[in-house]
Amino acid sequence: MTGLLAMFRRLEGPQTVGRGPAFWGLFAVVLAVALAYPLFSDGYTVGNTVYFFVWVFIALSLCLIWGYGGSLSFGQTAFFGIAGYGYGILTINFGSAYGFTLIALVAAVAIAALFAVLLGYFMFFGRIAGVFLGIVTLAVTLMLERFMAQTAGPEWHIGVARLNGFNGMSAMPPLTIPWPGEPIVLFADVGLYYLVLGLLVFVYLALRILMNSSFGNVIVAIRENPERAEMLGYDVRKYQLITFVIGAVLAGLSGVLYTVWGQYITPSSMGMTAAALPLIWVAVGGRSDLTSTVVGTLVVLAAFQALTIYGSQYALVFMGVLLVLTVLIAPNGLVLGVMNWLGRLATRFTQRAG
Amino acid sequence: MSLLELRELNKHFGGLHVTNGVNLTLNPGEIHCLIGPNGAGKSTLFRLILGEHHPGSGDILFAGENITTLKSFARIHRGLSVKFQVPGVFKGLSVRQNLEIALQSRHRGVELEAEIGRLLDFLGLESEQAQTAGNLSHGQKQWLEIGMAISLKPRLLLLDEPTAGMSPEETHMTGEMVQRLNADGMTVLAIEHDMAFVRQVAQRVTVLHLGQVFAQGSIDEIVADERVAAIYLGQAHA
Repeated sequence: MTGLLAMFRRLEGPQTVGRGPAFWGLFAVVLAVALAYPLFSDGYTVGNTVYFFVWVFIALSLCLIWGYGGSLSFGQTAFFGIAGYGYGILTINFGSAYGFTLIALVAAVAIAALFAVLLGYFMFFGRIAGVFLGIVTLAVTLMLERFMAQTAGPEWHIGVARLNGFNGMSAMPPLTIPWPGEPIVLFADVGLYYLVLGLLVFVYLALRILMNSSFGNVIVAIRENPERAEMLGYDVRKYQLITFVIGAVLAGLSGVLYTVWGQYITPSSMGMTAAALPLIWVAVGGRSDLTSTVVGTLVVLAAFQALTIYGSQYALVFMGVLLVLTVLIAPNGLVLGVMNWLGRLATRFTQRAG
Repeated sequence: MSLLELRELNKHFGGLHVTNGVNLTLNPGEIHCLIGPNGAGKSTLFRLILGEHHPGSGDILFAGENITTLKSFARIHRGLSVKFQVPGVFKGLSVRQNLEIALQSRHRGVELEAEIGRLLDFLGLESEQAQTAGNLSHGQKQWLEIGMAISLKPRLLLLDEPTAGMSPEETHMTGEMVQRLNADGMTVLAIEHDMAFVRQVAQRVTVLHLGQVFAQGSIDEIVADERVAAIYLGQAHA
């Protein structure tokens, strides 16, 4: 019981912005609105919102590895793609009966995690750090993209699942929950919305607890000064590897949910543009804070989509400009800057009132 | 039994022989100072002891165990701890969090809070606890890092120029701090240029020159040694 209480106390702490009744009150309001929203909207719009939510997991993975851990991974999309393809291959081969899609979800994420263990082991125990980490991870994701893009021939198949080269895989079954009577199929609207929202809230709160725990302390200590962290008795490489694998799990979750959402996955999901975009979301939001990352990602994604509709070819240019502006004006992130400013304002207000 | 024993330790960087057959023995409970001109190989010797560099040949024994091939963090678990020459605090984090990170593997919950409070008091940093460590004065950073180093309750504390950049008063206070720790049973090996500090705390002094042990003895013996004066003066004239 006390252990559970101590765990919930970790929802607030030095590593996460937002504390006290005001913050959690706002959190409850936002959550209530999010829960009620599908009742007042149409299926297409809800499906589109699910699409936004899906990307938040990969953004959080980057926030964890880069913002908190200080290691810039340019290749979270590699885990996104591996898990996405993994889900496709598993479900096309074994179908969706008996809740197998849920097992496939977990298995696909596990495959991405296993790949991260291997890659991370060679990187961190090979003492690759700084910009080289970014180069290696980028190379890995581009390599996977190239590889998958040349699998168009009929000889490239796993079981009955054709890899289909540049066109990618499609027609994998959506998530299906076994239910007495008729199984519940989560198409990309209200059903999937509630599942993804639930996962998002769970992951967000779990990461808050993790980052404010002693593990999170060590992660930021390594970002600040890895030598000092090692000389306090922490096996720096082990901590870096664990963070990297947790990040891969989140990126993999994004990949599976994306595949489930659109019932397709293509090699370009591991390409250069795909790899660069999460960096922009996270940098613009505020990479060293979970809340800023979530808010920043959703805002930038919505703006990006609006731009693609009204000024298609300029949307990517705008993303580049946004990144440059962030680096120049608010290097710690725009959303985080605004939240800190609001926090200071609130403190001043309460001090004056008291 | 000696606490730390270096046996014929050698380290080359390319053609440069920075550690040249060093033999050094530390007795439990002593304060031992390592002095020598710039480039004598003092900091390299620390890095060898800590496992950040690996010796070309020779052995490092800690409390009778050969730790020559152990990883750094594993040596810390055996009872070593260090304050670096350039203060290695976590600059972006608060003073309190710096100490928490140092203490959290030994203490939890209420006990952890109490230990942080005790250490803040010992270091005289209570009023700075919420400050970002990067904003501290140089002397305060030094103390904070010493605090982090001693929070591990090490058997051997390595101090690389603990008083660099401190005023004479601060230097004296640091000396008293080291003596208090030593009175509680901690063995200390310190690299120091400030002779007032060495005179204040050192029970034994080793002079390192060109990667070799040049002289060893009490501070009075070392000061009286004309050869030691010559290498320092020689450098001053160079």
